[in-house]
Amino acid sequence: MKKFTTTLLMLMLTLQLFAQGEGSAIADTLAGSEKIYVVVTCVAIILIGLLAFLFSIERRLKKLEKKS
Amino acid sequence: MYKSWWKILGAVLVMYSTIAGFLASVPPLPILHQSIRNLYFHVPMWFAMIVLFTISVVQSIKYLSSNNQINDSKAVQSVNAGIIFGILGLVTGAVWARFTWGQAWSFDVKQNFAAIAMLLYFAYLILRNAIDEEQKRAKISAIYNIFAFPMMVVLLFVLPRLSDSLHPGNGGNPGFNAYDLDSRMRMVFYPACLGWILIGYWIYTILFRVSALEKNK
Repeated sequence: MKKFTTTLLMLMLTLQLFAQGEGSAIADTLAGSEKIYVVVTCVAIILIGLLAFLFSIERRLKKLEKKS
Repeated sequence: MYKSWWKILGAVLVMYSTIAGFLASVPPLPILHQSIRNLYFHVPMWFAMIVLFTISVVQSIKYLSSNNQINDSKAVQSVNAGIIFGILGLVTGAVWARFTWGQAWSFDVKQNFAAIAMLLYFAYLILRNAIDEEQKRAKISAIYNIFAFPMMVVLLFVLPRLSDSLHPGNGGNPGFNAYDLDSRMRMVFYPACLGWILIGYWIYTILFRVSALEKNK
């Protein structure tokens, strides 16, 4: 039993060593794959912003069309 | 304003910079890793905003010398278009910061001052809404705009350099040259900036034309 505990403790020690090997402390989903998903998110945000602008222009044009 | 060659140029440049931005190779960097590609999307937003605000201040000066309402309308519409890009820049910056600096808003000097610069221009729009008389509104807001523009330049380019900032090129941090010494990155970054500036100008012309139609009704 003592041997088993020692082995387990040794294993935990190595686990800690592996954890340090990861580098950055931020381990989020978006941070995976060398953080390429951060870029994808930003491009998506820009597209959403521009599309929202398109919708607002559309609304203003509709009003103009109704008046004429 | 009504010709389309520069719109096509802007579209082609943005298409090129998006595709090359994802596929071209980037230098290996610690912490940033592949997110350095955000340089092609986050930074051009700010360039587009600054160009649009410059157009606005030029139109405001023109208004004061000519008293032509068209100049006033151009000034306000370019601020409207610039604010779209400013907000996109802030949001993409916050997302990028979340995964490289650890927090979306780490009260970095440049982040704070960029937010204040946006507030300056929100104040411009609110000031306009507060005045009913057309001539008075145009004149007062033109003068405010002329004061707001140098404030924005100081907030974004001068003050962040005087203290420590997480943004590259400010405080003790190295400038972007440290990243894009790689000439391949420059080949994408400069077209991206030009392309987004042209798209921003296009948005401004659309806003101006719609508002001109609304006035004629």
